[in-house]
Amino acid sequence: MNGRRLWAIVIKELRQLRRDRITLAMVIGIPVLQLVLFGYAINTNLRGLHAGIADQSHTAGSRALVMDMLATGVVSPVATVNTPQQLMTMLRRGEISVGIVVPADFERRRIDGRPVAQVLVDGSDTAVQAAAAQLAQTPVDSAVPDTRAPPTSTPPSGRISVVGFYNPQRRSAINIVPGLIGVILTMTMVLFTGIAIVRERERGNMELLIATPLSSAELMVGKVLPYIVIGLVQTTVILALGVWLFAVPIRGSVLDVYLATGLLILASLALGLLISTRAQSQFQAMQMTFFIFLPSILLSGFMFPFAGMPKAAQWIAEVLPLTHFLRLIRGVMLRGASLWELWGDVLTLLAFIAVMMAVAILRFRKRLD
Amino acid sequence: MSADDGIAIRARGLTRRFGELVAVDHVDLDVPARHVYGFLGPNGSGKSTTIRMLCGLLTPSAGEIEVLGLRIPAEAEALRRHIGYMTQRFSLFEDLTVRENLEFLAAVQGVPKARSRSRIDELIDQYRFTDRKNQLAGTMSGGQKQRLALAGAVIHEPELLFLDEPTSAVDPESRRDFWEKLFELADTGTTLLVSTHLMDEAERCHRLAILDRGALVADGSPRELTGALQGRTLVVDAVDPRRAQSVIVDLPGVLSVAQVGSSLRVLTTEPVAAATAATDIRHRIEEALAAAGQHAQTTATPANLEDVFVAVTRNPMKQEAYAA
Repeated sequence: MNGRRLWAIVIKELRQLRRDRITLAMVIGIPVLQLVLFGYAINTNLRGLHAGIADQSHTAGSRALVMDMLATGVVSPVATVNTPQQLMTMLRRGEISVGIVVPADFERRRIDGRPVAQVLVDGSDTAVQAAAAQLAQTPVDSAVPDTRAPPTSTPPSGRISVVGFYNPQRRSAINIVPGLIGVILTMTMVLFTGIAIVRERERGNMELLIATPLSSAELMVGKVLPYIVIGLVQTTVILALGVWLFAVPIRGSVLDVYLATGLLILASLALGLLISTRAQSQFQAMQMTFFIFLPSILLSGFMFPFAGMPKAAQWIAEVLPLTHFLRLIRGVMLRGASLWELWGDVLTLLAFIAVMMAVAILRFRKRLD
Repeated sequence: MSADDGIAIRARGLTRRFGELVAVDHVDLDVPARHVYGFLGPNGSGKSTTIRMLCGLLTPSAGEIEVLGLRIPAEAEALRRHIGYMTQRFSLFEDLTVRENLEFLAAVQGVPKARSRSRIDELIDQYRFTDRKNQLAGTMSGGQKQRLALAGAVIHEPELLFLDEPTSAVDPESRRDFWEKLFELADTGTTLLVSTHLMDEAERCHRLAILDRGALVADGSPRELTGALQGRTLVVDAVDPRRAQSVIVDLPGVLSVAQVGSSLRVLTTEPVAAATAATDIRHRIEEALAAAGQHAQTTATPANLEDVFVAVTRNPMKQEAYAA
């Protein structure tokens, strides 16, 4: 590999990038946008669900129970009605997501251990369902939540249990931001290099390049190098915003965070190059990028817990770089682990990079046929 | 023909198939060094495919190639240092400036670092980009782009230059200018292989090969090629050229009739035996016209490349190509 030719490619890419305003905007815009979207808007802990209340008991105890439920913040009352039927109607119309029914014999039920209240949930949204389940844990036996009672003491009758010991504001940002570094880098890095080679082909530059002494490896590596810098800039933006906006902790070393990120960047760039050697047009490259991106988001453990997925999905997830990166970055940032302790995923990523890069270089022919 | 001191390109039985289509069909080629060698043929005649095989970008389906003493495609990598290739479509970077494009090519083509800057300055001066060196290539005119592409193709002073329809998107003045540059390069010892579908460009070449549907149908110097048609071209001046054309076009012995202005240019299958005597074909043409009530006068005229092209391909090129 000739250093001067390699450098010529790097400089060329940077100069082109400097004039490509849209791509430049994407470098900063995508991380900021995604972070804000995921951090604020996409909050899996729902709050303020519209609720209707039908308290048919009208006792001090029933009012206390309702107040306790409202105090969780999960629901906010929008209507008070007399019958469960009215609640069902409102639920069906979408006016409320949750209905709380306290039957007239509330006090008697409380004494003989039968279910004392009912929470009607709009089950069409699983997130709502999960959130409303919290309500079922409102205490019934005392007006004041008993924070000392462990959840295991809850009778299986499903009467209603203690709420107090839960983190009152389980913030999803802390879980999401480290993963978001991976999601953003997977998306932008694969896309940038995915179109890198195809673009030269579409614009007619490729015929010029392959008629020169430039080697496949020089071209491929030269195309990747500028984007490593871009990736690290993006990482810095996400980390800074994460710490500043969401107070996300970095419990491990910052160096480890960047090393782990560097691995994902390289893996994504190599994958992008491979796509680029295959795709016939920039549009095809984008389609293929999405083909990688979707399973990465859904199966890597970013969206859904890895352990809960079926075996087949887990196997697919194991070949996605994002899966391994998530284990690394969550380990380093949230649990304070060192990369050394997570060597298995580091090795997997290294192997992935080596294989993808080699295949991309081998696949690229300095020929038109 | 000047005496040549070597063959830059030699090809034997060069063939390239794309599926069913035979794009290049058993072409034998000898391009002498230090010449401007032309490839003449209509679009789709296999010019680009042949050039791409000669510089090692396409693998031939069959045949042998030797360029500058190197076996192609086996030694294509070694060849790349010695050739320049100007593609049909502008292939420099439109989002880089004139100077940045040249800097990139200088580095990639291995122009020694110490020489690089002065070579770029030299080219910017020679190719008249002094006041445009910081302009983006994409914002320049067709003629300027071609000039820049040529400057880029010669930055490493290659022995051999391939130019694939270099002037197809350029106005006549820029084309003249461009050809001046090509002859300057030939004078300094560069061999040039230029493909074109324009007759006037073909006429400028030292030697040329005519390609038709993938086959090489004629080659030689323009004078040799036109000389071979000695006596087979006539000009017919008629009052109503279009009617006259319909009268003589189907006569046996007439290969083609094309209207040029108010007269007709006739190519015959056999030479008009003597310049003076009213021989066979000329006589028959005059008779046929007289019978149709057309008063016409026929005169012998020297053949041009258009006639050569028609004679070897029987596939007349467009008038516009001739007029240009």
